[in-house]
Amino acid sequence: MPDRVGRLSEIVICRCEEVTEADIHKAYAEGYRSVEDLKRLLRIGMGPCGGRTCMPLLLGMVARLAGVPVAEVAPAVNRPPLKPVELARYAALQEQQP
Amino acid sequence: MKRRVEAAIVGGGVIGCAIAYYLTQLGLRDIAVFERSYLASGSTGRCGAGVRAQWGTEMNCRLAQSSIDDFETLADELDYPSIDFKQGGYLILAFGRAQLDQFRRNVSLQNSLGIPSRLVTPDEARRIVPHLVAPDLLGATFCATDGHCDPFKVTDAYARAARRGGAEIHTATTVMGLRVGAGRITSVETDRGPVDCDLLVNAAGPHAAQIAAMAGCKIPYVTQRHQIMVTEPVAPMQDPMVLSFSHGLYCQQTPHGSFIMGLGDPAEPVGFDIGHSWQFLADLASKIDYLMPALGSLRVVRQWSGLYEVTPDSQPILGPAPEPANLWLAAGFSGHGFMLAPMVGRILAQLICGQTPEIDISPLDLGRFARGELVREPSVV
Repeated sequence: MPDRVGRLSEIVICRCEEVTEADIHKAYAEGYRSVEDLKRLLRIGMGPCGGRTCMPLLLGMVARLAGVPVAEVAPAVNRPPLKPVELARYAALQEQQP
Repeated sequence: MKRRVEAAIVGGGVIGCAIAYYLTQLGLRDIAVFERSYLASGSTGRCGAGVRAQWGTEMNCRLAQSSIDDFETLADELDYPSIDFKQGGYLILAFGRAQLDQFRRNVSLQNSLGIPSRLVTPDEARRIVPHLVAPDLLGATFCATDGHCDPFKVTDAYARAARRGGAEIHTATTVMGLRVGAGRITSVETDRGPVDCDLLVNAAGPHAAQIAAMAGCKIPYVTQRHQIMVTEPVAPMQDPMVLSFSHGLYCQQTPHGSFIMGLGDPAEPVGFDIGHSWQFLADLASKIDYLMPALGSLRVVRQWSGLYEVTPDSQPILGPAPEPANLWLAAGFSGHGFMLAPMVGRILAQLICGQTPEIDISPLDLGRFARGELVREPSVV
């Protein structure tokens, strides 16, 4: 949200991909209105935390900008893994298979 | 929403949006694109984001090479900040004599068409990608102008430019049916009401057969899930896409720093499943452990999947359908539609406007299957 003198905030919303509140406002104003579109344009939620920090914040921002309840904002699809896993650890799984 | 348009385009992936843009460039104004979800939500946005001219059929080589020429200047042409285009090349690994012989034929075809690919020795390959191990490597082909582009940004760039040119792009709009009269499609029935049209372009990716069937047209392809994943970003360490047909594997570091890796599973059943499995990650990881073990320390942050629609010759189906007379097809891309999009978009727009296309794509018409005139693409994952 703009602060008391109308400047857009440089508060970081997505730490992994370094997306600020101002970035989101600007993209929304340019017509990227859905969470899926904002995610793909800004990479918000696509970092190592998998969106666990930023997605609730983004949903709240989109709800305020659109003037609708948060429950009406469609979230992005959650994808595995739950937390980052080294590729080599999956190779070990393959070797354990009968 | 206009209730009457000249051109209705089904599918808001890169193909549909590119065709819409090039039609506006040729002077059409009444254009509507119908996308049932968000732009690039289907195969486009799920793809591996690679672009290469190293193909095994003349048609794929020419369409892909001309498209790479377009990608080089596309952001400027479409007045878009960046499409994250990177030309780090494609290194295609050869295992076994038969494959090396095929690659030799591919390179000579590619060179005859002006594509700057070359055969390289295993040592050269390991100089191009220092962490490449692949003990049984026999050789490779390399083309420095191949690379990477962001599929969402390319689609978005085409869509925005098409809108500026007058096209309407309707997301979250599902095509429910087509009305056909006197051998022509007269109207598109959407969940937001009907839209009359002079012609219809079917760019619905894996759903193109369903759309064509609404007008009584049959398109031969099978849909198959392909799984893919991305790692966290790291400092630049790999310029080219590394591709192995023997392992069905591709692996590229994007300009963002993350690695995108995917695998084609020959045992994948035909269907519309776009779920994901840990077995994919295990299989991929063990192949990476053989090819480039240093990448084993990268952390996977996300996995997903998308659909290939594979035609009997792994080449796309392009041009007018035999009937209805005003149905145009841009379908059956067999896993490589994104990288062909600029040229496919231009050529379809030229044909629709009655112009002579830059490349004669008549051998890729739907009729080739009935005529038995198939040229099988050998270089597919």
